[in-house]
Amino acid sequence: MAKTISVDSSKCTGCRLCELVCSVKNEGIANPYLARIHVVKWEFECFEIPMLCRQCDVPFCTAVCPVNALYKDEALGRVVVDYDRCVGCRMCVLACPFGGMKYDTKGQKVTKCQLCDGDPTCVKFCDTQALQYVDAGDIDLNKQREYAARSYQQQKEYKESIGPEVGHPGPADTVAPGWGRWKGGE
Amino acid sequence: MWNQKIAYVDLGTGKVETKYIPEEIRRKYLGMRGIDTYLLYNHIKPGIDPLGPENVLLVSSGPLAGTPVPSACRTHVSALSPLTECVGSTSMGNYFGPELRYAGFDHLVIKGKAEKPSYLWVHDGQIEVRDADYIWGQDCFEAQKSVKAHHGDEDVQVMTIGQAGENLVKYACVRTGLKATGGRTGMGCVMGSKNLKCIAVRGTLGVELFSDADKMIDVCYKLWKEKMSHRLHYMDKEIGRGGFFGNTNTIGLIRNKNFQRNQMVDGTDIEPENLDRFAIGRQACFACKLHCRFRFKLTTGPRAGEYAEGPDYTTLGTMGAELDNESMDEVLACGELCDKYGMDNMEIGSLLSWAIELYEKGIITIEDTEIPLEWDNIESKYEMIRRIAMREGFGDVLADGAELAIQRIGEESRYYCIQMKGMSNLHSDERPTPSLALNVAVSTRGPDHLRGRPIQDLMALPVPVLEKMYGGGPMSSNYNSYVGKARMVVASENRSALSNCLGTCGGIGGGGEVGGLKEVVYLVTGLKLTQEEADSIGERVYTLERMFNNRQGRGRKDDYLPDRYYDEPTPVGMPMARGKTIDRKEYDKMLDEYYEFHGWDSNGVPTPETLKRLDLTNEPSNLL
Repeated sequence: MAKTISVDSSKCTGCRLCELVCSVKNEGIANPYLARIHVVKWEFECFEIPMLCRQCDVPFCTAVCPVNALYKDEALGRVVVDYDRCVGCRMCVLACPFGGMKYDTKGQKVTKCQLCDGDPTCVKFCDTQALQYVDAGDIDLNKQREYAARSYQQQKEYKESIGPEVGHPGPADTVAPGWGRWKGGE
Repeated sequence: MWNQKIAYVDLGTGKVETKYIPEEIRRKYLGMRGIDTYLLYNHIKPGIDPLGPENVLLVSSGPLAGTPVPSACRTHVSALSPLTECVGSTSMGNYFGPELRYAGFDHLVIKGKAEKPSYLWVHDGQIEVRDADYIWGQDCFEAQKSVKAHHGDEDVQVMTIGQAGENLVKYACVRTGLKATGGRTGMGCVMGSKNLKCIAVRGTLGVELFSDADKMIDVCYKLWKEKMSHRLHYMDKEIGRGGFFGNTNTIGLIRNKNFQRNQMVDGTDIEPENLDRFAIGRQACFACKLHCRFRFKLTTGPRAGEYAEGPDYTTLGTMGAELDNESMDEVLACGELCDKYGMDNMEIGSLLSWAIELYEKGIITIEDTEIPLEWDNIESKYEMIRRIAMREGFGDVLADGAELAIQRIGEESRYYCIQMKGMSNLHSDERPTPSLALNVAVSTRGPDHLRGRPIQDLMALPVPVLEKMYGGGPMSSNYNSYVGKARMVVASENRSALSNCLGTCGGIGGGGEVGGLKEVVYLVTGLKLTQEEADSIGERVYTLERMFNNRQGRGRKDDYLPDRYYDEPTPVGMPMARGKTIDRKEYDKMLDEYYEFHGWDSNGVPTPETLKRLDLTNEPSNLL
């Protein structure tokens, strides 16, 4: 099955290493401005979320491209730019609702995340696993498990607070309160 | 490759000059603290007023900043310190330094004084002096938000001062983001004296790399993996650098109630593990995997309900142990209040606890202070912090720093003040550990733990290991001993100076080690250093700082500890930390050894042979 980059904003520390390595890998220069992933921040409210191409099944960008320079690569589950055809009209940049298409003013070309040909550098460097490269079908399973673990913990605490005889103790190795979200890493 | 320049900004005229830094300078000083020290030595004339227009403010970023090299994100700020009148130097993390490089600059040399409140807008090779009317008077957080909103870009990075800097509090700090603080030596005060509210940067030029992209990615991936395997980082990732607080408190190496005790009566609540009950996530500096800071919402104090980050080792120690706050909520509230106004919390912790002790001893009374200063009165601590920042009432006395405050209160207060070179010590009690005591007393910028604290001394490593690490003997595994400690301090100072020249964080890899330094510098910049060159950089920079201090009239007399270290034994703590004092004779001997290892004479002046060895004979050479 085609893999995709899943984003979990609650694990993101906002360090922007993903942006940096993306620009080094794809543009050969350390310049987050040119990166294909961008960590959008509300710095003073302690919230950030990495934004990148969602590799849509029915992409807006391919639909509006007048010269068919964008096409869906089913093998890797990604949308690819054919630079031999691209005329740089930037319709795709206008059409994409997520800001996944980017225009690089220095290189005079549109750029987008192409999953580093199946080994995304940003995911490789993400320490907290806010970015993960997983089968598209598994994202919901992972999220279900994480959310259930949190919910389970709350219920357990509630049950313990009202008395030991109510409810069952549950599995012993679940995530400690509040910690599981940034545990992970290697 | 170096596509970054040095810019000379005259705030008075608004004139900006830029040029590239010659390779000769790079080889000798590398960057950041190294080149800043060189500029300081060349541009500051002896005897000038630190708050006058002749002082220069230096803002810089390291040669590796903005690249994926582990933790190379530091920003360095330097000037003649208004607090100590010695070398002023402080470094901070977060996103400012890399953005400065993306905007095309490595170093900013800010001269003169603006006529009215101004700020610098640095973007893509351009520097403009702009009107700061709309942010003058705002605190560190509001100012950053306003500038970001004004430029309509969240990625603009702002280094700002708060009200304390505007009011010329001698130890005002510079801040960027929610947490990063260039706290020591009063750089915010220098900014305030120049009518410079903040520096805003945004860069899209990037940092050009010498080696090709795939190689860079591979090398950085391996380096990160190596660094993160350090045992210490398991602690950093879980509870941050505050983790050190628990063990130093347990041993009895912290100051409690100013200098009356060396351990808290009950420090359990302020151990960083307890931050879990506030924490909503983790925060990291630019491109750093370590994410060593908590994010939380404040529950109490004047800023209750707002978001904040941290705290680290010093916030817990100064706001917790020194001020004797035994509740984590209050520690965070005090720490964040200092952050809001933009003041160094090490100074606040020391000076405020000193004032409370004086109040307790009856040296100052309610007529002096207007509000009761008591250990268990948290409201008065909040109020006093505010008054210091606003220079109201007794706050005005404390805002002048230790030396002037002693003069205003009276000489009998001097004994109780834990300060060296006019700067307050951090929250640690060095009486049981001569090596740490030597380090705080001789440090060129004044006492603290970030300029070569020989922390390895506390690990009781076997003597053969120590001899191998420090290249000779005799050494001792006992941290109470005076044997071989000078050697440790010298090695740590040189290494931390080198780490500051590279712009890497002291926190990563266990204390500023820079694995594969030459190779990484070569890959990023194309500068090929020989081993001798790489080894001599740290020592050269440290010696030049010493020369600067000597030129400012400092010498051996300023390398001693306050009398309390020699006269009062530690009352509590574990057996190795209890009942200890520093021995005057042994300390003197250790100081002599220290000078000898650095190649300085008995007054701490570098000898002609040392100057020749380090190629410093021609300074000031005025190449930049």
